[in-house]
Amino acid sequence: MAPATANDTDLLVTITHKRTRSANVRTSIVKVMDYWMLILIAAVSSIPLLWMLTTSLKQDGREFRFPPELIPNPATLRPYIDVWPETGLHVFFLNSVLVTVLATIGTVITCSMVAYGFARIDFPGKNVLFILMLSTMMLPAIVTLVPTFVLFRVLGWIDTPMPLIVPYWFGGGAFYIFLVRQFMLQLPVELDEAALADGASYFRIYWNILLPLSGPALATVAIFSTVAHWNEFLAPLIFLNSEKWRTIALALRNFLVDSTAFAAVPRWNLLMASGVVMLIPILVLFFAAQKYFVRGIALTGLTGK
Amino acid sequence: MTVADVTRATAPRSRMRGAKLTRYLWGYLFISPWIVGFLIFTAYPMVYSAIISFTAFDLLTPPRFIGADNFGRMIGDDLFYIALGNTAFYTFISVPLQIILALAMAVALNQKLQGINIFRTLFYLPTVTPAVASVVLFVYMFNFKFGFFNWALSWFFIPGVNWLGDPNWVKPAFIIMSLWSVGPQMVIFLAGLQSVPVTLIEAASIDGAGPLRRFWHVTIPMITPVIFFNLVIGVIGSFQVFTVAYIATSGGPVNATLFYVLWIFQNAFQYFKMGYAATVAWVLLAIILIFTLIQFYVARRWVYYEGATK
Repeated sequence: MAPATANDTDLLVTITHKRTRSANVRTSIVKVMDYWMLILIAAVSSIPLLWMLTTSLKQDGREFRFPPELIPNPATLRPYIDVWPETGLHVFFLNSVLVTVLATIGTVITCSMVAYGFARIDFPGKNVLFILMLSTMMLPAIVTLVPTFVLFRVLGWIDTPMPLIVPYWFGGGAFYIFLVRQFMLQLPVELDEAALADGASYFRIYWNILLPLSGPALATVAIFSTVAHWNEFLAPLIFLNSEKWRTIALALRNFLVDSTAFAAVPRWNLLMASGVVMLIPILVLFFAAQKYFVRGIALTGLTGK
Repeated sequence: MTVADVTRATAPRSRMRGAKLTRYLWGYLFISPWIVGFLIFTAYPMVYSAIISFTAFDLLTPPRFIGADNFGRMIGDDLFYIALGNTAFYTFISVPLQIILALAMAVALNQKLQGINIFRTLFYLPTVTPAVASVVLFVYMFNFKFGFFNWALSWFFIPGVNWLGDPNWVKPAFIIMSLWSVGPQMVIFLAGLQSVPVTLIEAASIDGAGPLRRFWHVTIPMITPVIFFNLVIGVIGSFQVFTVAYIATSGGPVNATLFYVLWIFQNAFQYFKMGYAATVAWVLLAIILIFTLIQFYVARRWVYYEGATK
């Protein structure tokens, strides 16, 4: 019996060795293929943005050439200078900054309050209200759009930035409340209990304990909200008529339509330059706070399970 | 009864009741911004919208009650079927393609390779690009005469098409555009892939399963809840497609991109048929709800929840 076992073990060792080696080879083949796959996807998905960039560096008229020039020759920054007086882009840019900043401040402050209420305080009807709140996420914006328009018209808010700011001072939206609540639920309850036993009020617990600890979640909300308001198109389209408060998203679309209507051919180099101008603040934010972007999506996405 | 309840029960009754009341009040106080906002910006508009859907209302004169006429008119309105058909076509083709692409990208990213973060950033970049900017960009790239796409086709000696001007090609063009920014789905898939237990994959590996079989028989079943989540969210979002059609084609050519929400928008803010717009918006909500419920029903057959008994 004994020798046979020894042989068996030897055999087993050889097999395992063989298997690990072939597995290693296989893994490295997979790795190489994976790199090629990654590079291919990255190349394809980068094309549009590179196209926008190179077009924005072309001299007037050269953006219509076919076949297109891959690298502008000569390259010029002229479109980036022309685009400001040509379209009044600076006004729209500042309008967008104003709307985005004020709406985001409101979102962060009020969503953290509501999230705290839902995450840390027990009161009758909480679950029903929470489910009600979640269900509003499924509601298409278009359903409430007509009455909201009528409401703002009665309030005299049409053609002012109010409709783009004020509604976000009421919790900022179910998605953000949900995100911060999920985060607050993970913090130890003992913090609240100890503070309560020491006689702290609920407001102090919120302000001095929960709010400072929720920094990462609030950062995620602030970033999402900034991007959403900066990019928002439908609301400005409906609530703003004149140029005064026009946001950059709306301006870009008007620029496309106007230049098609009056000049017969849009000046694509200027259009692409304004696109780049609109994209830059978002890109800066994205690179500065990348981890919050990704974590925020994963945090809310996975809870869908 | 929890420990906290027991502790509280030992305290004098009146003090306990006072503390409870204070807690309730603080609770309502903290969520009050949302409650007020919900009443003003969601509940009231919904009630109002439900009421005006039974009226003819042009914003200038008071709403006039016309019963279910709006609904009857919708049934006989060709544009309703065109808009619904366009939206359904776009949704049922673009959402599955988006999911396959996002999953492929997530699988490619789900490897311990050097520089993987750079790729993740590159893959996510299109998603942060403002929708308006990307639509304007794609209008340029889809240009018939000097656009990128026809140029790329010419490398393979394929004649170019008038993407945005041809009713047959404009929907494929929009679907291609929608495939460019699948970042959120990709990140959700990535998180899902990373939560698949390594032990399961190793076990399959020891049993002799190769990478493809492991993916198909272990990974895919384990992430079906994530696929389902992306599917549901994707369909809901895709049924509301608006910006791209409004900017790129205004619903043309020959109504080929007249999507449902664009059609509602035109009724409300171009023809000022507010009552009719409200009616068809409610019908959209009902359609989305039905599709979501169908998906939940079908999900019982293919979505696998770990720990759930069948």
